[in-house]
Amino acid sequence: MLKVSIYRYNPETDKAPYMQDYQLDTQGKDLMVLDVLELLKAEDATLSFRRSCREGVCGSDGMNISGRNGLACTTPLSEAAPKGKLVLRPLPGLPVIRDLVVDMEQFYEQYRKIEPYLQNDTPAPAIERLQSPEDREKLDGLYECILCACCSTACPSFWWNPDKFIGPAGLLQAYRFLADSRDLATDERLSNLDDPFSVFRCHGIQNCVNVCPKGLNPTRAIGHIRNMLLTRAV
Amino acid sequence: MVVVRTVTSFGRSGTFDWLYQRVTAVILLAYVLFIVGFIFFTKDFGYQAWSELFAQRWMRVFSLVALLSTIIHAWIGLWSVVTDYITNRMMGGKATVLRLFVEVILAAVAVLYTVWGIEILWGV
Ligand code: SF4
Ligand code: SF4
Ligand code: FES
Repeated sequence: MLKVSIYRYNPETDKAPYMQDYQLDTQGKDLMVLDVLELLKAEDATLSFRRSCREGVCGSDGMNISGRNGLACTTPLSEAAPKGKLVLRPLPGLPVIRDLVVDMEQFYEQYRKIEPYLQNDTPAPAIERLQSPEDREKLDGLYECILCACCSTACPSFWWNPDKFIGPAGLLQAYRFLADSRDLATDERLSNLDDPFSVFRCHGIQNCVNVCPKGLNPTRAIGHIRNMLLTRAV
Repeated sequence: MVVVRTVTSFGRSGTFDWLYQRVTAVILLAYVLFIVGFIFFTKDFGYQAWSELFAQRWMRVFSLVALLSTIIHAWIGLWSVVTDYITNRMMGGKATVLRLFVEVILAAVAVLYTVWGIEILWGV
């Protein structure tokens, strides 16, 4: 029998959040955490969580799984509950809408700030803007981000200043456009990151790298941005 | 695009704060190594050697630079601690008053130490 403890909170009826315990017969299968949630929801329809693709591409089921942020759909029980006890909480630091569903607005606001789109005012070529294979390679490890927020909500600097620090996810995307040979807004992008909060609240704790379900490395991208800022400043 | 820009820390920007933090750290390391080295490698280390060392102008300047580095390093570090934990997001308007209060105290301590340090270095 698998023991599952889940954070429950319905602001309309509950005074405070609480942990609810469930039991589930997994029949010895190494299910994914999302499968567990689906099975429990079949019994208790009030249990709320987000999911869509159920295969690690949409980024909607980021949550805190036995103390570590990750995607429920790609985290197997063998990893999340080796001793038969699974603890599920919403992503830390963000306001809870209900149960495991959080309000991602602060996260998206930071993403919006880095202007996550290609900026290039030169006349567009007839077909497409070409890029050499070498330049294209520079985007590897950056473009794969699915904006699940596992990293930013594991980052202490983001917990303290979610309104001012861009956070690892936003900064990884900031660098994705700084590194793109087709983007011409490099200087404006850097000016917008030059204050003491946006980039420099990162203290290299690397929680972000540790949890990213896509195996990306925001800390390295942040280091690249810092070097670009320094080169430009001195 | 709303970016924080009106904040005062030490340098002109986050980039300069970061740079000052590293440069002052290097100066402090050099100073500490020098002092430790001096204590260990001076024959008959004692009051005589110590006061002769500090009688020289370059040593006084070096010490003052180290003192200023300590203050700059501490200011940037503590400013970021203060702005991590005393935020308007968590405490509302009170945070501004409290943060200002703490920052004024820190600044006063910084000025006090600088003046006191100069007095000690050039006073003997
Ligand atoms: S390395 Fe930087 S961005 Fe990543 S968790 Fe640490 S402080 Fe946050
Ligand atoms: S960097 Fe990784 S953890 Fe962060 S949002 Fe992107 S995919 Fe999720
Ligand atoms: S459901 Fe899409 S990433 Fe998990």
